[in-house]
Amino acid sequence: MSDLHLLPLDTLHHRLGARMVPFAGYSMPVQYEGVMAEHLHTRASAGLFDVSHMGQLVLEGDGAAAWLESLAPGDFKALAPGRMRYSLLLSDDGGTLDDLMVTNTGSHFYLVVNGATKFDDLRHMEARLPEGLTLTHCQDLALLALQGPKAAEVMQSLNIRPEHPDIVDVTAMKFMTVGPYLWGDVRLGVSRSGYTGEDGYEISLAATDAEAFAEALLADERVKPIGLGARDSLRLEAGLPLYGNDLTSDITPVEAGLAFAISKRRREEGGFPGAARILAQLRDGAARQRVGIRPEGRQPVREGAGIFAGGRQVGTVTSGGFGPSVGGPIAMGYVESAVAAVGSALELEVRGRRLPAVVVPLPFHQKSHHR
Amino acid sequence: MRYYSKEHEWVEVDGDTATVGITQYAADQLGDIVFVELPSTGAALKVGGDAAVVESVKAASDVYAPLSGKVVSANDELAGDPALLNADPEGKGWMFTMTLDDTKELSALMSADAYEAYTATL
Repeated sequence: MSDLHLLPLDTLHHRLGARMVPFAGYSMPVQYEGVMAEHLHTRASAGLFDVSHMGQLVLEGDGAAAWLESLAPGDFKALAPGRMRYSLLLSDDGGTLDDLMVTNTGSHFYLVVNGATKFDDLRHMEARLPEGLTLTHCQDLALLALQGPKAAEVMQSLNIRPEHPDIVDVTAMKFMTVGPYLWGDVRLGVSRSGYTGEDGYEISLAATDAEAFAEALLADERVKPIGLGARDSLRLEAGLPLYGNDLTSDITPVEAGLAFAISKRRREEGGFPGAARILAQLRDGAARQRVGIRPEGRQPVREGAGIFAGGRQVGTVTSGGFGPSVGGPIAMGYVESAVAAVGSALELEVRGRRLPAVVVPLPFHQKSHHR
Repeated sequence: MRYYSKEHEWVEVDGDTATVGITQYAADQLGDIVFVELPSTGAALKVGGDAAVVESVKAASDVYAPLSGKVVSANDELAGDPALLNADPEGKGWMFTMTLDDTKELSALMSADAYEAYTATL
């Protein structure tokens, strides 16, 4: 355990009674009072997540948007200041190296990448970085997420105010917008975004300010700390892929059902890694697809379980567990496109037995975002 | 007489039959239990072999047979209410009863005090 990195909020997690586990090279809270209670609290009120293990990168210089477009299929030239986009770092064969959030702050691009892949991402990007652009890994920043239907009320009651007058109040922020805010004299980079399927915010701030800010949030009785366990069940119910499980370097965005991340102009122009293969899949369809799966009965089905149809293996489960808000087992996996339609009957192999299941639409659980 | 295993099962022995479950410590470690797979009546269990599976929100965990013998009955209430395993693992959350092939196997198990001392080291 001694070679694990500690989060800026490590002492707070211990004080809150978290069970800590190694994840992405960090000692991270997997749960506090319990996954089920934390999950349901986030859907009913507001949950505070420490996601400081994620990589926060700043890209500066002329031509930054054009260079990002050589790595990922988003239309970053058209990304307006104060807006963010979900995107994918692609390999030359169209496989997914990571999924990430790209923000145009107005003065630079701010990227958030997965914790487990951030050093690989940095190597990938630095090896391709041209003269005139600088890429900075902001290791002195923390990243918190406040998620749930009461997140906006909580933010409002902390008297978080816009850093300049042309920025809207936090409660008026639209989904996938970003801005600089102040809590007292503490600077916050706030976005209306998250990975739980709930309304909420992600807040970037100096690691040295993180504990005071987290404690101020937790002092509000509507807020509870939420661990990685519930983060995983929340994102699974929301139908969101987890990099390393549902997205890997072998999987293209089209196969993953993430074609929305390939902007219209990029589809027309190409010029992103793996464009030939990805554009062909967009035109002709992919041989396999990510689908939502509801196992019948109560038994959870985990990642790695074989998916069968007509006695033949047609795919593999990539994420699976119990959905506390759904009230039953849920899973995602890749299947041959012939059996990917909603309603297709499947069988899932668990401990030598085949359990009946059906393809269902994603997400399993839907909440509306603040648009 | 109640015995405990290093794998966090408890065994209540009554003559040549035993009732088996998981300990409070195990239930707390597993977290919210959402599914339990119990052995079939008549199944032959071998000490250390797979006996049951307990699934929490996050993961599946094997329950190993603490003793060798044949399954006599299983707690059907757990199918409808797996959370009983969290609420009362050493009582109403019992998992199955079994015959004992060899009472000498009991010597490998711990007393309540020894088990408590063991979990304190974990």
